[in-house]
Amino acid sequence: MLNFFQLIIIYAGIYALMAIGQNCITGNTGMLSLCHAGFYCIGSYVTAIICKTMGLPFWFSLPVAAVAAGLVGFLIGVPTLRLKGDYLCIATLGLGEIIRNIATNVNPVGINSVPRAALFGYQFSSRNKLTFILLIWFFVMIAYVLFRQLAHSRIGRAMIAVREDEVAAQSNGINVTKYKIGAFTLGAAIGGVAGCFATAYTLTVSPGSYTFMVSVMVLCMVVLGGMGNLKGVILGAFIIEFISYFPQLVGLSSVIPAQASQVLYGLVLVIMMICRPQGILGRDRYRYGSQVKKGARKAAGAKEA
Amino acid sequence: MDTLVQYLQYLVNGLTLGAIYALIALGYTMVYGILKFINFAHGDILMIGAYTGLFTYTALLGESTNAAWMLIAFFIAMLVSMAFCALLGMFIERVAYKPLRNANRLAPLLSAIGVSFILSNGAAWLFGAQSRRFPYPFDDTPIMLGGISITPHQILTVVVSVIMMVVLTLFVNRSRMGKAMRATSLDQATSELMGIDVNRIISMTFAIGSALAAVGGILSAFDFRVYASMGTMTGLKAFVAAVIGGIGNIQGAMLGGVILGVLESIGAPLLHIPSALKDTIAFAVLIVILLVKPDGILGKNEREKV
Amino acid sequence: MRILEAQGVSRIFGGVVAVNNVDFNVEKGLVNGLIGPNGAGKTTLFNQITGMDKPTSGKIIFDGKDITGLPAWKISRLGVARTFQNIRLYGDLTVIENVMMGLHFKVGADPFKGRFVQAVKSYFNAGRENRELYARALEWLEFFELDGLRDEEAHNLPYGNQRELEIARALAADPKVLFLDEPAAGMNPAETAHLMHIIERIRDKGVTVVLIEHDMKLVMNICDNITVLSFGQKIAEGTPEEIRSNPQVIEAYLGREED
Repeated sequence: MLNFFQLIIIYAGIYALMAIGQNCITGNTGMLSLCHAGFYCIGSYVTAIICKTMGLPFWFSLPVAAVAAGLVGFLIGVPTLRLKGDYLCIATLGLGEIIRNIATNVNPVGINSVPRAALFGYQFSSRNKLTFILLIWFFVMIAYVLFRQLAHSRIGRAMIAVREDEVAAQSNGINVTKYKIGAFTLGAAIGGVAGCFATAYTLTVSPGSYTFMVSVMVLCMVVLGGMGNLKGVILGAFIIEFISYFPQLVGLSSVIPAQASQVLYGLVLVIMMICRPQGILGRDRYRYGSQVKKGARKAAGAKEA
Repeated sequence: MDTLVQYLQYLVNGLTLGAIYALIALGYTMVYGILKFINFAHGDILMIGAYTGLFTYTALLGESTNAAWMLIAFFIAMLVSMAFCALLGMFIERVAYKPLRNANRLAPLLSAIGVSFILSNGAAWLFGAQSRRFPYPFDDTPIMLGGISITPHQILTVVVSVIMMVVLTLFVNRSRMGKAMRATSLDQATSELMGIDVNRIISMTFAIGSALAAVGGILSAFDFRVYASMGTMTGLKAFVAAVIGGIGNIQGAMLGGVILGVLESIGAPLLHIPSALKDTIAFAVLIVILLVKPDGILGKNEREKV
Repeated sequence: MRILEAQGVSRIFGGVVAVNNVDFNVEKGLVNGLIGPNGAGKTTLFNQITGMDKPTSGKIIFDGKDITGLPAWKISRLGVARTFQNIRLYGDLTVIENVMMGLHFKVGADPFKGRFVQAVKSYFNAGRENRELYARALEWLEFFELDGLRDEEAHNLPYGNQRELEIARALAADPKVLFLDEPAAGMNPAETAHLMHIIERIRDKGVTVVLIEHDMKLVMNICDNITVLSFGQKIAEGTPEEIRSNPQVIEAYLGREED
């Protein structure tokens, strides 16, 4: 029981990283991309290859995984980000499948027994889940702080402008294409980081685990928590992981098959879209003029009206 | 000479495959024409169609081995499956898309992804993960035509698809309902003012598209078997076909389907790539088309008005 | 003095000639009107000038520079701002954030201009930049008397205020020329009067204004010169008095009288 709780927290952390990346792409910049599984796949493989095949330490693989996934994101982004919403969605979906297709063809059996990550001689193993929780959530917090700063900076606001209205954004001097590619690359890179930690935890990679379903799950997290709201996205990761491990948690995994939780993801998407499209926490409201008191603002608004 | 025969064989296979893609692509294109959104769940409807067809067929057939009854049972099963999928399509539209008609563009797309997930995983849950064979309702011994083998089920596929497409074209061009449909896809608001019940038209569009998908599902089941995720790839490729032809354009969907089927069948041997990477061809074609001529072969150039 | 010149601009969509070899001059410091019946190609011409679309042929000179075919974002950075016929605000952003977007490239280092370091600087200076942007955006809101609504989401604003906000956003970029595409559309007479007052104040700030408008009272009262388009062609230009009495213009608007 406690074990499963810890497992949920670990996977929620890994997926929270992915969801933060997806949020940068979909939540902030408004591009519906469906290939986060592909970036996750690249991050995982890069880590496995660097740690096992090359025998280099985990901490070296972390930035390389980010750069590799980011680079692939960039290469995918340049031709496809010219496409509008629905087309982009399909094209990225196809590309995600192509990444998996290639991985399956090149390495059908996967890579096993990857060496553990170590810090000052301490080895992070899946047996001691608590230290792994500290490790993964430390990085989730870093990602949260970095992306929060981004969202509230001038660059982040320009990304939101691109989401809201591309034509208007251009008329405000924003190079829409560059912002889209930038956001996509950044989101892809953080997806690679998530893959890196997944490998560090499971110590195996297999091409079968990077399906379209993973991309949909990540998208679900972003939609559920609230697009563009980082706290919401992390909450979404928790909820989705909880749903996915719920059968094991209550010891009913023989009664409730895995498909049931996936049906539930589908229901979550549909119901959220109809009842609360802005997500559980809704949009991120950052008050730039926090010095303005709420009451004073209301009074001023009333006077204006 | 041998290679020529070989390529003719690929062509025949490709045309059969293309006919199926065309049938499914019609559903994407019709919905896109009216609602301007991609019905992601369309691929899963074809899966439901294949299952319904399979179950009805085996139930009707029972122990019988009478050749005539086999064929009749097959067509009855196809009609039942069409009817069921039409209802399902209408139901999905009513529940998952209609409330979102005035929401932003991402909302119905996400909802459709959700529906697709419910259908495919629900089917895996109910019917199990293993794939099932769709029995031929006739003796499927290939007919040899100068070295090219054509199987009766390929003939059936092409004949049924062509009939469906002719009926659809006549319906859309000649009937009152079809005209209303075209009017709605041109301008929804004006059609409403002209007294067209737009809700009914949209419902109808989903029904027709889903019924065609059911046929496509059953016909594709001969070659690809029946399983819960059968609709994902076929559906995606049919969507690619719709884009190639020009999404929103009915003739385009038919043309795109045939082109994609042939490309896929001939492409892998022609380019000497392993057939495991056959799926990549479709997506490569998609990306090239989207970049070169995003409105497709027969599509009209639509610009966002500034 | 001409600040902007469109020389022989044409735009053909498929077989339709939306703008046909039009010369259009914008005089510095004045309010330049662009009128014509619906479908005359006014907005199309605006789109060619502001880079939203590329002309099929012809040249556009702004401030002595050839800007033909430049992307919209570059043109806007050179000092050409615009509003849209169908209001294009960032609906989910607050009123002040909308104006802050207008100031986007006016504050701090210029991110994403091929200078990665500048973008990083802007990232780390976000707090300071935001304070500066906020203060400057607030000034613009005060100019438009919208400061009381600063924290409202833009899509919740009444129609007239949305129009004003869009103008505020465009003006925030401190443009040399401001293009207004039917700013009075859908406004009641009181709102239109207020708008006229705003346009006068904008002109008095030294910003050149180009105005597409159907409200003839507004156009005739405020414009220093007027260009008339009909079916993609320029049929007249001159002072409001000249335009008012021009037989071709009257014909374009009212149709030819049958004898």
